[in-house]
Amino acid sequence: MGDDFVHPYIPNSVPSIKKKMLEEIGANNADELYAEMIPDRLLLKREMDLPPALPSEVDLKRHVSELMAKNKTTEDYISFLGAGCWQHYVPKVCETIQNRSEFLTAYAGGSHSDLGRFQANFEFQSLICDLLDMEVTGIPTYDWGAAAGNGVRMASRMTGRSEILVPMNVSPARLQILESFCGSATPEREIKIKMVEMDKETGRVNIEDLKSKMTAEVACVYFENPNYLGVIEADAKEISDIAHDIDAESVVGVDAISLGVLASPASYGADIAVGEAQPLGVKMFAGGGSCGFLATQDEERYVAEFPMRLVSLATTSVEGEYGFGQALYDRTSYMARENAKDWVGTTTALWGITAAVYMSLLGPQGMKELGETIIQKSNYTAGLIEEISGVEVPYRGFFKEFPVKFNKPVEEINKKLLDYEIFGGKDLTKDYPGLGDSALYCVTEMHTLGMIEKLDAALKEVLA
Amino acid sequence: MKVKEYQAPRWNEPIIHELTSPGERGFIPPQAEEKIKKKVGDASSLIPGSMLRKKAPALPELSQAQVLRHYLRLSQMTLGMELEIDLGIGTCTMKYSPKINEELAGMIADIHPHQPAETMQGLLEIAYEFGDKYLREISGMDAFSFQPPGGSVGCYNNALIMRNYHRDKGEPERDEVITTIFSHPCDAATPATAGYKVITLYPDPETGIPDTEALKEAVGPKTAGCFITNPEDIGIFNKNIDEWTGIIHDAGGLCSYDQANANAIMGVTRAKEAGFDMLFFNLHKTFSSPHGSSGPGSAAVGVTSELEEYLPTPVIIKKDGAYALDYDRPKSIGKVRDFMGNLQVVVRSYAWSMALGAKGLREAAEVSMINSQYLVDKVKKIKGISLTYPGRRVDQGRWSLEQMKADTGIGISEVNRRVIDYGIQSFFTSHHPWLIPEPFTPEPCETYSKADIDYWCAVLEKVSEEAYSNPELLKTAPHNSSNHRIVFDGFNDPKKWAMSWAAYRRKHLE
Repeated sequence: MGDDFVHPYIPNSVPSIKKKMLEEIGANNADELYAEMIPDRLLLKREMDLPPALPSEVDLKRHVSELMAKNKTTEDYISFLGAGCWQHYVPKVCETIQNRSEFLTAYAGGSHSDLGRFQANFEFQSLICDLLDMEVTGIPTYDWGAAAGNGVRMASRMTGRSEILVPMNVSPARLQILESFCGSATPEREIKIKMVEMDKETGRVNIEDLKSKMTAEVACVYFENPNYLGVIEADAKEISDIAHDIDAESVVGVDAISLGVLASPASYGADIAVGEAQPLGVKMFAGGGSCGFLATQDEERYVAEFPMRLVSLATTSVEGEYGFGQALYDRTSYMARENAKDWVGTTTALWGITAAVYMSLLGPQGMKELGETIIQKSNYTAGLIEEISGVEVPYRGFFKEFPVKFNKPVEEINKKLLDYEIFGGKDLTKDYPGLGDSALYCVTEMHTLGMIEKLDAALKEVLA
Repeated sequence: MKVKEYQAPRWNEPIIHELTSPGERGFIPPQAEEKIKKKVGDASSLIPGSMLRKKAPALPELSQAQVLRHYLRLSQMTLGMELEIDLGIGTCTMKYSPKINEELAGMIADIHPHQPAETMQGLLEIAYEFGDKYLREISGMDAFSFQPPGGSVGCYNNALIMRNYHRDKGEPERDEVITTIFSHPCDAATPATAGYKVITLYPDPETGIPDTEALKEAVGPKTAGCFITNPEDIGIFNKNIDEWTGIIHDAGGLCSYDQANANAIMGVTRAKEAGFDMLFFNLHKTFSSPHGSSGPGSAAVGVTSELEEYLPTPVIIKKDGAYALDYDRPKSIGKVRDFMGNLQVVVRSYAWSMALGAKGLREAAEVSMINSQYLVDKVKKIKGISLTYPGRRVDQGRWSLEQMKADTGIGISEVNRRVIDYGIQSFFTSHHPWLIPEPFTPEPCETYSKADIDYWCAVLEKVSEEAYSNPELLKTAPHNSSNHRIVFDGFNDPKKWAMSWAAYRRKHLE
């Protein structure tokens, strides 16, 4: 390293300081020290071949900004994309808290020095439990799919059974994640996924097919509500009952933002609730906003199977003062390594804290009104564009998403919509060939009547 | 160096549910326009009756300023890395994440992952080029994916590649993996989740060096591969690592390198020359992205060209001068995370790497390593503390307070409650099992100045003196923190634990 290299991120790059430290260590340079630790044959004896550095923040900001200027965002275009990542409004207070240095840069400190972090974790747990009508959840996990993977594995361990039933109307991406979680290098530990038909008329789970596949081998049924196609599963209670009839678990995946207006998982008999918290105050970040949760009632047999950290309220040596700690910590992989319940790791705690702020801001009334606005706007959009010749909206009874069937290929339509600065719905053609040339449209509180009318006008021209 | 007393904010903040004031509200959602309402009617008429929420959720009701105040107070009672000398949290000491990178990462906040690739060329360029121009050179691997959203998922991803690889080769009977006890727990837990039996090797008890003879005995026709952290979590670099990968390969297995923490070896030694087939880097560690109270993070997984076809989909590719998402990969393991992972983390890491360049990355590694030697020499002089195995540590060391505990009754639990009174964060102890008794694991990465390290060591020295002169002071610590010593016997008791306010109310208040 040249003697003149001083970088603002590396205080001890100052040559005189480094020299003094080396003197105290009793070494001449870094190479000499590395040579004591790493065999010569493994040392890289050349400078890495990397692009030129931009050590000045001024140049760096300009460079990255220029690259980013090549992007269009959902602020630039009107977007009707959903399918697991959704554009909702983020209240400013959410971002203020999320960007606080303390939460942004905390990591694994103790429960005294990080009291606020533990309490914010606990409050996320409490608030999401309020929406679900459940009592136990933990630090949020990576995304809805990972939560579903953990959930069905819990059900399999609890029941000692190795088959799960999954309807065709769950997210294809989440199904792929489930397949990852259910496979096994040891065949006898593999969990078999058996698919259940969806009702072609309603887009809901085909109850008769579910009944016919429910055998004593089934650990759980995993369904989504609203399902991937946006449709609300009106028979959710019956699905849970069918599972319970053979002592299987009912596992449901939900979009948390629907729960101001939709019945809670517990109210229709779900034993394990999983889902996505990104809509609760977290921006999309090209998919980086995902935040999954996993919850159950407060029964030991469930709690013992959770993989993630579970923050419990506790007491301190001072009467009336709150403290926090981790419940049943021995089940985690930090303690039990390969004998743990799946694994625990760095997941999405900051998004959980943000979601806690969101739920606190909205309260029961805000969550209800928001759900009402979304459902009214999405239904209005469906009704409006259905009037266009060549457009069909096959299902009703949805929350914020719905398939739209066209008389032309979706790829072609979506390409033309870009000229109107519109991102059309997610193409369903490959994943749901039975739906023909369909796209999944998403409408939220972010869409004004004017935006919806722009879509209507654009589709009329594109399909003409 | 004189240590300073620190007083943490102590707000005695209630749980948010206790602050509820019925009728208050913090946010008003937009209403559907009149035209829309008139056309579609009441929302309740659009929801199947069986699925209409009948009982409102028990969320608290607060006005906006009250919500803000509450969470600001909670943030103040959190000792984030930016506020203190955080080098005690080794195995993953967080480095400084430049504030400008928050702004740059924020530029993708409103991008939807299913936008046409042509509308996110800038983002895809950053991700592709970071893998192609930086990580490939730093590791010697051939192809990268950023889909895993955390280090453990990177490790899990590699277990899935291993699983598919052996299946494709017609050797599904390979169901054993090998790791070492000082590899991170994810190197055992994630292959186990993927269905592998895990064989854990212990080091030579005198030297702490991973035992090559034990490896030779462990391999066989059932060996699927190995998952190895190096430098190990105690800071010792396995000098025989290339011999290890040779032994695994000779047995027909694959080798996955846990480089979550490559902080002190970037540009110094690489996965390729060590003989690995795949690796993962924790970007929210080695490549600078804030830890966010525990995520979102990102693992960059790198593989050799032989394994490239197994990477999770979509893979970001460059074709005819444009960047695209490739979903058509028949041999892919599928998905470990929806979408493309946490790309905001990748943006930060790209910016950080660009700010440093080849010289700067190597300098960051060298300074981390020198800082580590400097800290070892200082801590060695403190009473009651010892470094368990001989020899130099690369990036961090695992120390023991066994002597202090024997002399005074004070161990790591008490020390951890006392150091925070001087404004430095509690230390990371060790994952389990605690082969090294009363452990702690400092890692002074390149972010910390000589003065920072001197201060941190001065605090440790002061606390050691207190342990010998006034152990009661440590037993009753903390004294200046946001709350007091936890006195609670319910963490393993179903009647007492409470993971939500609803559970707490039911168990403890009613």
